[in-house]
Amino acid sequence: MAKELKLMKGNEAVARAMIASGADGYFGYPITPQSEVMETLMAEQPWETTGMVVLQAESELASINMVYGGAATGKKVATSSSSPGISLMQEGFTYLAGAEIPCVIMNAMRGGPGLGTIQPAQSDYFQSVKGGGHGDYQLYTIAPASVQEMYDFVFDAWDIAFKYRIPVLILTDGAIGQCMEKCMTRDYIPRWTEEERRANAPWACWGKPASRGHNIVTSLELESSRQEAFNQKLQAKYRTMEENEVKYEAINCDDADYIFVAYGTSSRIAMKAMQLGREKGLKIGLLRLITLFPFPKKKVAELAKQAKGMLCVEMSAGQMIEDVKLAAECKVPIEHYGRYGGMIPTPEDVLAAMEKQIINK
Amino acid sequence: MANLDIVKPENLVYTKTKVLTDATMHYCPGCGHGTAHRIVAEVIDEMGIQDQTIGIAPVGCSVLAYNYFDVDFEEAAHGRAPALATAAKRLNPDLFVFTYQGDGDLAAIGTAETIHACNRGENITMIFINNGIYGMTGGQMAPTTLIGMKSQTTPRGRNIERNGYPLRITELLATLPGTYFVSRQSVHTAAAVRKAKAAIRQGFENQKLKKGVSFIEICSSCNSGWKMTPVQANKWMEENMFPNYPIGDIKVDGKLVESVDINRIVVDHPLSVVK
Repeated sequence: MAKELKLMKGNEAVARAMIASGADGYFGYPITPQSEVMETLMAEQPWETTGMVVLQAESELASINMVYGGAATGKKVATSSSSPGISLMQEGFTYLAGAEIPCVIMNAMRGGPGLGTIQPAQSDYFQSVKGGGHGDYQLYTIAPASVQEMYDFVFDAWDIAFKYRIPVLILTDGAIGQCMEKCMTRDYIPRWTEEERRANAPWACWGKPASRGHNIVTSLELESSRQEAFNQKLQAKYRTMEENEVKYEAINCDDADYIFVAYGTSSRIAMKAMQLGREKGLKIGLLRLITLFPFPKKKVAELAKQAKGMLCVEMSAGQMIEDVKLAAECKVPIEHYGRYGGMIPTPEDVLAAMEKQIINK
Repeated sequence: MANLDIVKPENLVYTKTKVLTDATMHYCPGCGHGTAHRIVAEVIDEMGIQDQTIGIAPVGCSVLAYNYFDVDFEEAAHGRAPALATAAKRLNPDLFVFTYQGDGDLAAIGTAETIHACNRGENITMIFINNGIYGMTGGQMAPTTLIGMKSQTTPRGRNIERNGYPLRITELLATLPGTYFVSRQSVHTAAAVRKAKAAIRQGFENQKLKKGVSFIEICSSCNSGWKMTPVQANKWMEENMFPNYPIGDIKVDGKLVESVDINRIVVDHPLSVVK
C-alpha cells in the first residue's frame, strides 16, 4: 500500500481505505449496491498483511453487534451496508451511541421503502440524522461526493470517532458506491499497537490490570437522574461538534442570487446545473453539504440573508429541505426538487426546476 | 453471642472471591444467578486470568452482571451477546471471552446469533442460565417454558397448539460441528455446584485449545417467577425441569456423549404440583 493513482469503484475505495487507515476489523453482510466493500476486503486478505480481521456475519443485526463487541475493546472497527440492511442495524446504532463507542459505518443508500429498489437514492436522510433508532442520539454523518472522498473520509472518520467517542456514518448512495473514478491512495498507517490501543481507548475492555478498576461499556443506567445527566453530556458533545466539526463547500456563492443546496450525488448534478445556469447568465451558486450532522446551520443562515431563493436538490421526496428551512428561518423562498425511487435527475432537469420554482416564480 | 465471637479473620475458611466486586447483588433470594456468578468468578480467579478476561452481559435478570464481576465487561443488546463475543475474541485472540445469558436472551431473541456463533466455532465460553421463564420482565413464557407450565403469558399453562414446544437449544447446539464442549449443570446443591464449576473451568480452559465454543447450560430455578419458595422451587426443578433438561455432559472434546439421546423429546411429562 502506497500512494498511487488508481481507477476504482467507490465501494472498493472504502475497503482499501479501511485497510490503509489501519482498521482492525470489518464485519458485514452482503447487500446491493455495496457488496464490493466486503468482496474487496476478502480478495485483499488483509489478515495476511496488516492483521485486520474480516468476517461475513449472518445478518446486519449480527454485523453491527459485532462492531459493538469489537469496537468496545478499543479497536478500529467498521461495517457497511445499504438501506434495508441499515434499517436492521438501527438497534446497534442506538446502543453504540448510548455506550459511546467509536466506529465507522457506511450506508450506500438505495430507494425505499421496504425492499424498494437497488438503484441509488438519498431517502435515508431522516433515518441518518434524526435518529433511526430510539433515544436522543446523533451519528456524525458525513456525505462524500466522489470516489476520492469515499477513500479520504474513512481516514477522517477514525479521527472524529475516537476524538468524540461517537459512531461515524459515511452516508453515500449506490451511484457513488458503484461508479469508477480515479482515486489517489495513501501510504499505510499501521494498525495501533497494544500500547496505542490502551492510550487511545482507556475506557475500553482490553483486560483489567490491577492498576485500574474494571471498564464497563454499557448503555444502561437505571437511575433516571443519572441517565438524564448522561443525556445532557451527550447533548453537550453534539453541541461541541456543531461548533467545531461542520464541513461544507460553498461554490460560486459570493455573488449568487440563487443557491442550490445538495449533498452527495445530487450535489454533483447541481454543480453541473449551476454551470449551465451561469452560462445563461444566471447568478447561481451551490452550497454542498459535507457534514449532515452537524448540519451547516450557520452557513445556510448566512446565505439565506444574501440569496433571493434556494432550491434543495435531493434524491428523495424532500428530507434535507426541512433542516435547510429551519436554518434559513424562512427568510427566503426555499423549494425542493427531487427524483426518487432509484431515479437520478439530469442537470437540465435541475436547472429547469430552479428557473421554474425559484427564479421565475 | 457465641457465633459472633468466632467471626475473626483468622477463622475464615470461605471468602468472597476477589473477582467478584463488593456490589450488592440485586437477585431474588433463592435465585441461581448469584451462585453461577460466583463459580464463574472463582474459575477466573483460580486460572489467574482476571486481567485477560472480557465478559459480555445480556439483557434479562443478569443485565447488571457487569457490576458484580471485577473484569472488563461489555453490555449487549438483547440476544446479541454471541455477536459481541465473536468480534471481541477475534480482535483479541489472546484474551478469554465469555458470554452470560438467560433463556429468553439466548434461545428466543438471540437464536440466530447463538446458532451462528456456535456454528462458526468461535473460541469462546458461553454460560447459559435456563430457568424456563422471563424473570426480569415479570415471569412471562420463555422458549424453554415446559408444557403445562404456568407463566404470566400462559396463565393456564403452556399449550402446544398455542405456544409450540420447549426449545432444547443446548441439545440443538451440541449437534453443530462448531461446539467443542457442551454440558448442562445446576447449582441447587453443593454437589451440583462443584460439578457446574468443573464444567465452567473446562469451558474456560478450552479457550486455550482454540477448538470452538464451550457451552455450559445451568438449569436454574426462578422461585419468584414460578411463585414458589426457594425450597419448593428446587424440588420442582428436580421433578420437572431435569426430566426435560437432563443434567450432565452432552458433548466432550468435540464428540457427543454416547449415553445422551440427543433426539429425545419430552412433551408429556406431567408437571408436579407444589404443595
